[in-house]
Amino acid sequence: MLESCLLSCKDVAVIRGARCLLSSLDWHLHGGELWQIQGDNGAGKTSLLRALAGLAPQSIEGQLVVNSEFLFLGHKTGVKGDFTALENLKLQLGDGAHYQTDRLRDALRQVGLADYADEFAYRMSAGQQRRIALARLFLVDMPLWLLDEPLTAIDVDGVALIEACIEDQVRRGGSVVYTSHQPLKLDLSSRTLYLPGKGQSPHVA
Amino acid sequence: MSHSVFGKILVRQLLLAYRRPAAVLNPLFFFGVVVLLMPLGLGPKQTVLAEFAPGLLWITALLAALLSAEMLFRSDYDDGGLEQLVVSDDSLYLASLGYIVAHWCLTGLPLALFSPVFGQLLALPAEGYLALATSLALGTFVLSAFGCVGASLTVALRRGGMLLSLLLLPLEVPVLILGAGVVERAINGMPIDSLLSILAGLALLAAALTPVAIGTSIKISLEV
Repeated sequence: MLESCLLSCKDVAVIRGARCLLSSLDWHLHGGELWQIQGDNGAGKTSLLRALAGLAPQSIEGQLVVNSEFLFLGHKTGVKGDFTALENLKLQLGDGAHYQTDRLRDALRQVGLADYADEFAYRMSAGQQRRIALARLFLVDMPLWLLDEPLTAIDVDGVALIEACIEDQVRRGGSVVYTSHQPLKLDLSSRTLYLPGKGQSPHVA
Repeated sequence: MSHSVFGKILVRQLLLAYRRPAAVLNPLFFFGVVVLLMPLGLGPKQTVLAEFAPGLLWITALLAALLSAEMLFRSDYDDGGLEQLVVSDDSLYLASLGYIVAHWCLTGLPLALFSPVFGQLLALPAEGYLALATSLALGTFVLSAFGCVGASLTVALRRGGMLLSLLLLPLEVPVLILGAGVVERAINGMPIDSLLSILAGLALLAAALTPVAIGTSIKISLEV
């Protein structure tokens, strides 16, 4: 069972410091599924996502198996102010043959930054910097996306863009797990993992 | 993609330094100011300055390296660059080596290249110039490697600068003794091959082993 899933949790608890954020999580994610992780502030959404991404192995108890390559987009975007939008993409992805400049410019165009490709990121707004990070979604072909609050600082057009991007990923058979307080308006069936917080067991809604 | 991560980190750090030249010039400026102040503190007697020059130059190089170490991973930690590095399939070992080499290119190498000028300011005998530059080139690589280990361990801590100094100084003192010894022996006309070989060996050992510690420390820091 565990091996056939992209991601599988069996009796998983997430602990941060002395505080148990959630416990007894049994959850399996297959290809083509879209999951929203919901919960109040401090319920453990980001901690769970970071644990899934392998960034916090010490805070996990139980059996967590990730059988897939994934793309992780956290609260922090990895975008550097001293580089242009184009340089940021180049340096994040590597400057190999797979990422020719035209392709990178095209990705920036898709996130609405066609005119900002050669602009330094420090001159851009937080939303625009986030769009640079989101441009990676158009460039990296990964079966699983882990997105932590992808809508932060994004305007209405940007939200529509992310929704289209996620729909496309799921229709291609990929999977997306995202945390958000604001549900996305998608023409897809989506499932929600609700984290009640205070160390309680999450449930599927 | 792991074969390119060393180059990717190196290019990125060098480009960042080019965009923020103060980061490169700070250690050099610090080195220059301290060297210029020495004759004011010790007096202008050339014999006195020459006697202390090897030790003073090496102590200054060590402090300059220490000064620049704290900020090594700071911006990458703050903007999420380290997170992206860890979750990518890139080799953390090669990435860490990239950080060390970049730091050395930006701090140790310029110090080594300019050291004869600073040596002259402290009345260092001409026989010591080459030994000073060579020992600094090798020794500062070790200092950069140790600096990266300390910086990766303390990057998640607020005000980790003091802890960083406490961690690094005991590790760096042997390099200081060896480096100053090389210059001292060169001035006195003694062979320096053996000490330089030890410094080169230390540099190779640091290049081979410290990336493992840096990679592990980065992962630990991201958990905090």
